[in-house]
Amino acid sequence: MRRGFVPLSKIVIVLFLLIISQGTTVAEQPLTSEAATVAASPIEQALLDIKSEDAAVRSAAAALLIEKGDASLLSALDAIRAEADRATRQAIKPVIDLLKNHANLTSDQSDTRRSAAADLVGTGRPEAIAWLEQAAAKEPVWWVKYTMEESAQLLRLHADEHTVRVVAVKKLGELRSQNGLSVLKELVEAGTQSGATDEQRALADAAHASIGQIDAWFWWADAIETFFRGISLSSILLMMSLGLAIVFGLMGVINMAHGELMMVGAYATFVTQQAFVGWLSPEVFDWYFPVALPVAFLSAAAFGWVLEATVIRFLYGRLLETLLATWGVSLILMQAARVYFGDLTAVIAPQALRGGAQVMVGVYLPYNRIFIILLSIVCVLGIYFLLFRSNLGIRVRSVTQNRNMSACLGIPTRKVDSYTFAFASGLAGIAGWALTMVGNVDPGLGQNYIVDAFMVVVTGGVGKLAGTIWASLGIGGLNKLIEPVSGAVYGKVFILVGVILFLQWRPQGLFAAKGRNADA
Amino acid sequence: MPEQPIARPDSRETVSLYLVGVVLLVVLPLLNVLPADDSWLHLSDFRLNQFGKFLAFAILALGLDLIWGYCGVLSMGQGVFFGFGAYCMGMYLALQIGAESVYGSELPDFMVWTQVKELPLFWYPFKSFIGGFLGAILVPVLFATIFGFLAFRSRIKGVYFAIITQALAFAAWLVFNRNETRLGGTNGLTDFKQLLGYRLSDPSTQRGLYIITVLALGAAYLFCRWIVASRAGKVLIAIRDSESRVTFSGYTPWMYKLFVFVVSAGLAGLAGMLYVPQVGIITPAQIGVLPSLEVVIWVAVGGRGTLIGAVLGAVAVNYGRSVLTNYFPEAWPFILGGLFVVVVTMFPDGLLGMIRKVTARKQTPAPVIKAEGRTAA
Repeated sequence: MRRGFVPLSKIVIVLFLLIISQGTTVAEQPLTSEAATVAASPIEQALLDIKSEDAAVRSAAAALLIEKGDASLLSALDAIRAEADRATRQAIKPVIDLLKNHANLTSDQSDTRRSAAADLVGTGRPEAIAWLEQAAAKEPVWWVKYTMEESAQLLRLHADEHTVRVVAVKKLGELRSQNGLSVLKELVEAGTQSGATDEQRALADAAHASIGQIDAWFWWADAIETFFRGISLSSILLMMSLGLAIVFGLMGVINMAHGELMMVGAYATFVTQQAFVGWLSPEVFDWYFPVALPVAFLSAAAFGWVLEATVIRFLYGRLLETLLATWGVSLILMQAARVYFGDLTAVIAPQALRGGAQVMVGVYLPYNRIFIILLSIVCVLGIYFLLFRSNLGIRVRSVTQNRNMSACLGIPTRKVDSYTFAFASGLAGIAGWALTMVGNVDPGLGQNYIVDAFMVVVTGGVGKLAGTIWASLGIGGLNKLIEPVSGAVYGKVFILVGVILFLQWRPQGLFAAKGRNADA
Repeated sequence: MPEQPIARPDSRETVSLYLVGVVLLVVLPLLNVLPADDSWLHLSDFRLNQFGKFLAFAILALGLDLIWGYCGVLSMGQGVFFGFGAYCMGMYLALQIGAESVYGSELPDFMVWTQVKELPLFWYPFKSFIGGFLGAILVPVLFATIFGFLAFRSRIKGVYFAIITQALAFAAWLVFNRNETRLGGTNGLTDFKQLLGYRLSDPSTQRGLYIITVLALGAAYLFCRWIVASRAGKVLIAIRDSESRVTFSGYTPWMYKLFVFVVSAGLAGLAGMLYVPQVGIITPAQIGVLPSLEVVIWVAVGGRGTLIGAVLGAVAVNYGRSVLTNYFPEAWPFILGGLFVVVVTMFPDGLLGMIRKVTARKQTPAPVIKAEGRTAA
């Protein structure tokens, strides 16, 4: 689970184990010695009894083994099971499961401990409650501890005493146990039937209250996850539209091939991966991903540079024409990718980006999405420094404001154009690099986002960093907010309608460039 | 935006236009009927039908040329209006299938397999031909009126308008692909049998449809020329060249834009209506972003702001496409993309511009004034 914590928790656990093992040997010495004299033979006897023909003897033996046994018996049990008949195997199976999971509760892998705790619920054995509570008391990892407590309460629901069950129901509510939801609902159902006893009714009331607690919690958890998905889509849109907006603001060029430059970045990542697979040893495989970053940036930048030098250069000041010409380029690039790479290519995420983080009960955030969000923040900061704190930036801004005046003042506007375009293309390449983590690499990659990215540019206003950021947050967020209600398709339609209505109110976008240009 | 002066057809061009009209209207159908099947003069049913399709596309291109070439408003959503027209006619044709359908149901086949028991309400008007015909024109017109009103009134222009209309095409494509819109989903509407009692599989029906298409194209062309030559047409060109000045002179540009946008949508609907019975199928694939952009490239290849160029471009590009996709199916996107780049960067006047240059060289060479520097827009 939480990868970053594994080494730390490992150390902690090893220390714990050392302490515990010493503590228990001292503390349990009398017990075991007593057991050795009195019960050494019972366990051996039980190992024999479990093979018995008599079902009652078998189950008594199993119960004894579960109560007194430990992991050291596992090999013996496995040996018995291997050559036993069906009835014996059925008797042994829960014993093995319980003992194994019991042993795993003290494993040094937090994942193993957690799944052991979850598995113990399925056995339904009351003995496990005590084990779970003991383990929970010593557990250093919060999430494992949570699962242990949850499992213990779930097992308590089967207790004979009414008060214990009521307490367990309340505890489950406090724990916001999602796993308990179905059991609790059953309890409510049982309690509201006509022939229900008082106890059942009291239990149903408690369960009802707990369900309310759990539902309220998961409403929030859902909201947080939706919010997170919205932010994640927003950051993808942001990375795409940043490049678009800069180029649009600076040169008045609508680059329809921007999505395909992103695709170039994604394919560059794929090619890097293939190179690592082909030429380098598997141990260093995960390094392909950081290596692919400069590769993706540079290859997309190179494509962009060539595109600027061969096509766009001739079309400055003719917006609609740049749109059409770059659209043509995008068609060519897409078809080239389709012919050369075929339709299905995927990049395997490096170990570090697989899985996700459980940040609170019911909220699970995949690492690849977190990575993309962080990357987009880094990109925004990078662009901010480049535009507002660097020499190139001041030139770019001056050319954006007044091209002719900048040229008069000695700024090489052609060079600025060419560098900026290459840089924006490289940015698209980085976006493509990151996108390989969330989906397949296919020729239509750019097309999936380009329409939305343009909506962002239009809504945000031309050449305004802040506008682009807010607009991509708005559009990405709305997309994910509407999606569960109306489905992805109508979500897109609503967004389009929303953008058109928004432009009624603010024709120049969120952050309009101030000036007196009538044609702006 | 620096633009070439308005090119008007001179007398020679008008004459050749009439000639082309006669060839299309009389000679081609006759070549289809009269010569024996194996004669080299014979024009096969397939070719004639294909030509009819191209001419339907030409009407669509005319509409775009009117708004883009003359008014400077690039609409990348013409495919949507075309689709509206085509679907309206397609719904009428689908209801005409009746008991001949695969399942023998009165409902169109796709409704049977998507478990629709009753005809949805919005299908009812299309039970009659009048409904289909009027719908094919009025639905795009109505939609364009609302969309254009919102867009132009808030002064969305230039690239912004292009992007918004592209998003419209994208959204429409998504919606038409859905099954619950009751329009056949991805498969669209197809398997039509008859139109007003005429069998669509009959070559004579197709010949009739071809002649109707030629007539419709001629009427559309004359209509567009009438608009362009009128006072309103002059305002349109003025808007293209400098919208601000038009505003300052006391005109209301957005009303003119809205008008011409609505006209172009109506033409697109007409084109869609003529396309469906000739091709026999309409699917969402005809609506999306790419088909809408292909219209733009037809006009650009033919030469924008000329009307004739739009027709020429539509026929030339589509003919080229049908030939090339036969031989090199994978190469077409390369060629289409290349056409975009080359035409836009090197031949802004398109085919017609080249023809005019060649024919005009015998007379006084026109001075070439090149606009220097970059404009703010």
